[in-house]
Amino acid sequence: MRKALLVASAALLLAAGPAMAQQKTIKIGFVSTFSGPTAVIGNDMRNSFELALDHLGRKMGGLPVEVIYEDDQQKPEVGKQKTEKLIQSDKVDFITGFIWSNVLLSSLKPIVDSKTMFVIANAGASQVAGQLCSPYVLSVSWENDQTPAAIGLYMNKKGAKTAFLIGPNYAAGKDMLNGMRSTFQGKIVGEEYTKWPDQLDFSAELSKVRAANPDAVYVFYPGAAGVQFLNQYAQAGLKGKIPLYTAFTIDSLSLPRQGDLALGVPGAQEWVNDLPNEANKKFVSDFKAKHKAYPSFYGAQAYDAANLINSAVVAVKGDVSQKDAMRAEMKKASYASVRGPYKYGNNQFPIQNFYIQEAVKDADGILTLKTVETIVKDDQDKSAAKCPMK
Amino acid sequence: MLLFLEQCLNGLQFGLLLFLLAAGLTLIFGIMDLVNLAHGSFYMIGAYFAATFTLLTGDFVLSAALAFAATLLVGMAVEVIAIRRLYGRNHLDHVLGTFGLILFFNELVRLIWGPAGMNVPLPAWLNTHFQVLPGVDYPTYRIAIIVVTLLVALLMYVLVMRTRIGMLIRAGASNREMVSALGVNINLLYTLLFGLGAALAGLAGLMQAPILTVQIGMGENILILAFVVIIIGGIGSIRGAFISAILVGLIDTVGRGFLPDVLALLLDPRSASAISPAMSSMLIYLLMALVLVVRPEGLFPASSR
Repeated sequence: MRKALLVASAALLLAAGPAMAQQKTIKIGFVSTFSGPTAVIGNDMRNSFELALDHLGRKMGGLPVEVIYEDDQQKPEVGKQKTEKLIQSDKVDFITGFIWSNVLLSSLKPIVDSKTMFVIANAGASQVAGQLCSPYVLSVSWENDQTPAAIGLYMNKKGAKTAFLIGPNYAAGKDMLNGMRSTFQGKIVGEEYTKWPDQLDFSAELSKVRAANPDAVYVFYPGAAGVQFLNQYAQAGLKGKIPLYTAFTIDSLSLPRQGDLALGVPGAQEWVNDLPNEANKKFVSDFKAKHKAYPSFYGAQAYDAANLINSAVVAVKGDVSQKDAMRAEMKKASYASVRGPYKYGNNQFPIQNFYIQEAVKDADGILTLKTVETIVKDDQDKSAAKCPMK
Repeated sequence: MLLFLEQCLNGLQFGLLLFLLAAGLTLIFGIMDLVNLAHGSFYMIGAYFAATFTLLTGDFVLSAALAFAATLLVGMAVEVIAIRRLYGRNHLDHVLGTFGLILFFNELVRLIWGPAGMNVPLPAWLNTHFQVLPGVDYPTYRIAIIVVTLLVALLMYVLVMRTRIGMLIRAGASNREMVSALGVNINLLYTLLFGLGAALAGLAGLMQAPILTVQIGMGENILILAFVVIIIGGIGSIRGAFISAILVGLIDTVGRGFLPDVLALLLDPRSASAISPAMSSMLIYLLMALVLVVRPEGLFPASSR
């Protein structure tokens, strides 16, 4: 008898579980890097994501929002593990985040297999935009090739006839150098790949740059390596002699440590903090008020990710089981993105403008980035053609 | 030709920096018979101290001196508190214990200085470049590193070969038991020696700080190279560490600089540029393997035990 009672109550509890979940919270899993030297990026994304939730009143479609932040430690295997935990034990409705292409690639399968709605907030692995595209995966960032391709166009415009390329020897490093090569019309006189991530002394490469004496140097060094590169470029006496062009090297997280060395070095990005739209003005000024610093493009993308998810939840009035309806709404990109309006391509990656940005000092003498010009309008990535979705 | 000379200069500077790390490591290993994986932590701590003092005083040279002294004290404190418990145990315990110290120091640094890392600005007179050869501008600061490390090497030579402490150190490297049997205060000698090793690592770290970013875990990659250096040079031998450090520095840098061109003669340019970074980082390990085959004791073994 006792046993039967126990079984019955257990069954009741089981039945009650989903019923309670009906008036539940919207659960969002956020995978990013919150430890190690690149934790600054993850923290900036989290700050921006939280700010977006504050702006939404911490509710989506009338339901409270719960965000579970997981640290991928910048390691593919850890990212996959954390992603599986979010899907299987937390049963999240959405997953977002992901800074690194390699972490994204390792974590993609469990997400797609479980049909969890996924909004990529940064990583732009070309495979995910191409043959691995999925109805459940949308990006609010870019495909890896796009940003360097934009800087290649700018170098043509500046009349560079010869260029020397330097980047780290890993998947994204090669994407970033090839992306630039795809639009640059001059001659590539040298190309150096450095050991990643442990080579931080670029003396041998810089000596070769000096010997080659090109019209321009193009580099891709995200995070701390970018600080070191600018430092050593100046110490070698190359700054001011050979113009330097960058992708993902100068952003508002690395800028305080790069200091004046970053002044006058152009980079490309799909978002700059001074873009003149209302959503962006609100985001940047509230972020500055709260964190006493400029937000980065990583943060802007995380902010957009929150708003894109919100647009989907609002469209289905909180019933997150209607995945097709949510997807259809998100594909319209109907929310107010801080980069201004954009569209989605067949692979669910943005078709968007890219801007040339440069470091300047603001009215208070703080270094920040400003838009120089729009280098390419409504740019769609090349991988879209490889995506079987129409 | 000019490019080759410049790359040699780069290699020399890198090698001398490695020597600072390797000198402490080889002494500690050779004399105290202690495998110290946490040596790289002192490299990191020296850099963090230099960054902090530069922030406070605004004078890099003064801060460097303060950071050197502070790392010496930290090294001696670590020896008294932690390392002393490890003597006489086997090498696996050393590895585990000092690996624990790496984790401890990395977390400590994160707690004190935060995860973001720091930068050390150079004074204007160092942050320039001048012509070492016609047509070759070389950063002044890298020349300064070469000069300082050569001076330190000279001082160490004098210390080890011409002073009483040096005599004990050399005696300890050859036969530890005999030294303690002769009534030398081996505890004090060990504390001093460990502190000196830590301070030399700290000096390497603080001199790298303006070139690289001061960040958590910065000592771990370079420590592997330092171990390679002492294996090639012969454990316990400062002279061996000096020569093999320069050898490793030159091979690493010059290899990195010219291997792509050499490979480009044999392969098509795309695959050459893909293979060469991997190949050039293998060169020093090939050298190490060669040395281990030909002279397992290293090029300049301290003495036979």
